[in-house]
Amino acid sequence: MAIDERVDSATIGALFQRMTGDEKHEWAAASTLDVLWVLYDRVLNVMPATANDPDRDRFLLSKGHGPMAYYAVLAAKGIIDPEILADWTEFGSPLGQHPDRVLVPGVEIGSGSLGHGLALGVGTALGLRAQGRTAKVFVLVGDGELDEGSNHEAIALAGRLGLDRLTAVAIDNHSSSHGWPGGIDRRFAVEGWSTTTVDGRDHDALYQAFTQDHDGRPHLVVAEIGDQS
Amino acid sequence: MIKQGDTGEKAAMRAVFVDVVSDALDTDPRLAVVTADISAAAFAQARRRHPDRVINVGIREQAMVGVAGGLALTGLRPVVHSYTPFLVERPFEMIKLDLGHQDVGAVLVSIGGSYDDPVWGRTHQAPGDVALLDTLPGWTIHVPGHPDEVGPLLRDALDGDGRVYLRLSTRENAAAFPVGGGFTAVRHGSRGVVVAVGTTLDAVLAATEQQDVTVLYAATVRPFDHVGLRAAAQSTNPSVLLVEPYLAGTSAHQVAEALWDMPHRLRSLGVRRDVEVRAYGRPEDHDGVHGLDAAGIRSALTGFLG
Repeated sequence: MAIDERVDSATIGALFQRMTGDEKHEWAAASTLDVLWVLYDRVLNVMPATANDPDRDRFLLSKGHGPMAYYAVLAAKGIIDPEILADWTEFGSPLGQHPDRVLVPGVEIGSGSLGHGLALGVGTALGLRAQGRTAKVFVLVGDGELDEGSNHEAIALAGRLGLDRLTAVAIDNHSSSHGWPGGIDRRFAVEGWSTTTVDGRDHDALYQAFTQDHDGRPHLVVAEIGDQS
Repeated sequence: MIKQGDTGEKAAMRAVFVDVVSDALDTDPRLAVVTADISAAAFAQARRRHPDRVINVGIREQAMVGVAGGLALTGLRPVVHSYTPFLVERPFEMIKLDLGHQDVGAVLVSIGGSYDDPVWGRTHQAPGDVALLDTLPGWTIHVPGHPDEVGPLLRDALDGDGRVYLRLSTRENAAAFPVGGGFTAVRHGSRGVVVAVGTTLDAVLAATEQQDVTVLYAATVRPFDHVGLRAAAQSTNPSVLLVEPYLAGTSAHQVAEALWDMPHRLRSLGVRRDVEVRAYGRPEDHDGVHGLDAAGIRSALTGFLG
């Protein structure tokens, strides 16, 4: 197993390319790559040795489509074995086109059906708070995924409950069929969230956005990716 | 959206539920309660003592179950409660994925049965709840028929780690029976077996008063007591009348599995599948429509046994 904390994003890209056969979601996967890398490389306190630590930060991939980037980052950080990437989606492989937490240690939730991760993240943040833990919770959603109404129950609830250790990362690759007039951030801000919008490919900007103080409120980072073309 | 079900008047089973969970919160730091407004007021005192573990999400049932899944992912044991259709039907995919697929446990507690309050109409009826949960693996399902049966079933559920559904009702039988094991033989006879689930027992006993049949009482239907049913069928006559307070035939496949190698006959009574009953009135009126009153059960049994 390669555990190289100095691995760079080019290496991640090579790991990504080991997984073929889901061209439909390749763009979805590619759009999350930089966000995932910055989170796992610079923000989350998650390493192979802490993958089961109750005080670890949690990353929840709500947008389970196109998890190739996620698997590649987990492999680069030594949380899963890079050797299993090439066999992904085969019968017996723990890696599918939607991740399953039971099959992949280190994956916090099973996802694929859209609109589940934010409420799970709210519950996770509440559970950690009830236990007096200070771990942070990050939930990655897509702008298209935000069409699902269940997200908006969770967005409102997180704002009311002041979940200051919860951060939602919205990958905005303009997938939502009807869009978000005025920006995704307005929908969260009206519910009391702190919001920041950054270039989803700019690692330093992402890092600043993920680590900025958000004043007792849940935090939204909109990672602008733009259209596939 | 107007929702009813929180009248301020505690139903007996619900009162037991609130008391048992409120007490358990004081001693078990794993426990958390998640409500969506319904019955939230009943947990006000517990919430004052445990504000981080008694959570009312407002009228957001999808979030209610999703939040429960998140709590469970951190090692807590969530107890999730609402009126039956808003607990099971509306957030069903969350039950499937945020609990089952995440492989975490929870205790779901409904109130309202299939049609406990018919004046509220179809929107507040959920006769398909047990059948829906029966499509998911790994659920224990309790259908108590008396408030005194709620405490033991609930305490056992709170102490465990699995996924448990406790179906409460504002209706109740005259007497409680021991729970937690298999079916209880309430009456012995030779011409057949009547399985009475939960609150159907009193009507079944009235209907079978002059009948030479064995009556088994079931407060737990998943797992289904295959051994108990098989023993009863072997000692009498393998003609089984299944009487359930929810969708007719919900446990028919369990009877077939229990008696798979025995020639047997089965008739299932329960809430009708062929019609949506567009009527208000009292629950007893609906019992009559579905053939779940004593007269209906007696008629079905007479026709079944000949």
